[in-house]
Amino acid sequence: MKLAKDYASVMGRNNEIMKDALELNYEEFESGELRFDYEELMKSTGYTLEEVERIQRLWGVGHTPMLELRNLSKLARKYAKPGYGATILAKDEASNPSGSFKARRAACAVHHAKKLGFKGVMAATSGNYGAAVASQAAMQGLKAIIVQECFDSKGIGQPEIIEKARRCEAYGAEVVQLTVGPELFYTYLSILEDTGYFNASLYSPYAIAGVETLGYEIIMQCRERYGKDPAMIVCTSAGGGMITGTVRGARKAGADDTEIVAASIDLVGLSMASDKQFNLKSCTTGHTGFGVPYAVDPDHSDVPRSAARPLRYIERYVTVTQGDVMYITEALANLEGLEKGPAGNTALAAAFALAQELPEDEYVVISETEYTGAGKHIQPQLAFARERGIDIRFGDPQTEDKPGENIILPKDPSYIKVRDLDVDRMRRSFIRRACAKRDIFNPCEEDIKFLAEETNSSVEYVKEVLASLNK
Amino acid sequence: MAKKGDWVRIHRVVLEADERAPGLPEDTASVPLEMWVKGTLLADAEIGDQVEIETATNRIEYGRLIEVNPYYTHDYGKFVPELIQIDHQLRALMAEDGGDK
Repeated sequence: MKLAKDYASVMGRNNEIMKDALELNYEEFESGELRFDYEELMKSTGYTLEEVERIQRLWGVGHTPMLELRNLSKLARKYAKPGYGATILAKDEASNPSGSFKARRAACAVHHAKKLGFKGVMAATSGNYGAAVASQAAMQGLKAIIVQECFDSKGIGQPEIIEKARRCEAYGAEVVQLTVGPELFYTYLSILEDTGYFNASLYSPYAIAGVETLGYEIIMQCRERYGKDPAMIVCTSAGGGMITGTVRGARKAGADDTEIVAASIDLVGLSMASDKQFNLKSCTTGHTGFGVPYAVDPDHSDVPRSAARPLRYIERYVTVTQGDVMYITEALANLEGLEKGPAGNTALAAAFALAQELPEDEYVVISETEYTGAGKHIQPQLAFARERGIDIRFGDPQTEDKPGENIILPKDPSYIKVRDLDVDRMRRSFIRRACAKRDIFNPCEEDIKFLAEETNSSVEYVKEVLASLNK
Repeated sequence: MAKKGDWVRIHRVVLEADERAPGLPEDTASVPLEMWVKGTLLADAEIGDQVEIETATNRIEYGRLIEVNPYYTHDYGKFVPELIQIDHQLRALMAEDGGDK
């Protein structure tokens, strides 16, 4: 019998389609009304750090250089108080086969798909992960379909996303491009069901296990070269996989004192599901439109339980502006001879400011660079913004930035600053959402303990939040 | 006229506006969800015809034929003079006291 393929029917089969497409039964890890066993889910991959490293090495992924950004560090020192201004290091993830750290996630996901006997893999992504899956699928001999949110209703595409489509197609993948809207998931499920391909989700435990090597390498490279751990690692944050995997890897290297900071571009006020606002932003990832919703509710992705759980690991979360990132991207090219980014440079803009808070004998690492090219470059992104009526000018991003209306380039590097997000508020929001989703407002002790782990807080903290919610 | 075997791009409405998911912003809810896919044309057709294609992963997709030999038009965009201003500023800053503090 032919299955009905209308929206309601396909979405109604979500759980079965997912189970088949991951060969992973998430229900096995559900252990309470709210809680699930996250560590068991991660262990279920069967891949240790050593095994992941071996797989990645096999496919030319990882072991990327750590670059010392001497001139940018010097420049940052100009604006720091005497004795301050840590050295900024960049993990050159652009040198992975597909041009970004996403190759780490894809290498493991595709390897696993192949091991299970799948003929192809799918991923829903407008970002670098598509290229990573396509590249790894080509290497490992599987077919790949990438589903992108790419165009507005006038058929105008984000230049950055179109470039990523080109890259996927260069690797032989099929790219399905859609207009704006969360029903992308319906199309994704429908094709997944038709093809029987593996769901190489960004949020599967295999993908996140793939990022752990990144955190591990950063720590080991720092120790080898400088004889100490970095004081800080700054991660560009969107879906939360980068920070989750990096912290897990850094901990496996025994780096308990390194502060991990999440950084996103502030896009407050822009709706990610809005057709009209889709092309008014000049970055397609690494922004608060993904970063904050995924931190406070990680389980709204394309898997039942996301293995990326940023709030478990975030100690500090800062934002920078689109203008800051554009400026620092130009500075990276001009002062360091490295044309990379742009979205991956979100962490760099933040690190430029954060380095000034640290003593000059310390090290701050940005966890990634990413490839650049036509469309995916600040020049076309700024030109595209200007064509859409965005006001681009020099000024003070802290006071003048209005996402969707302007891009304020810092009038000099002293105006590149970070703004701290209220992580406490995010924790409260997480707890409220987790309870509301399952309609449980008086969770048992075990579930309270789970919420404390999920929010990197304490049982007392969760109880206090629950009491205020129940008032 | 497009020939069978040509590499083409097709377009299809996946969901009409009234079939879309609830809870969308008004502007998104008022337009259909559209899709574009590339593949090999399975029979001769004219631009605008409803056609079937075989995609890179050998899936059969259908939709309206919109382009034969589709190509990329994204580029490095029109000149943005502010970038040169940034370059000049950075060089000047680094030239001050040799860039060292």
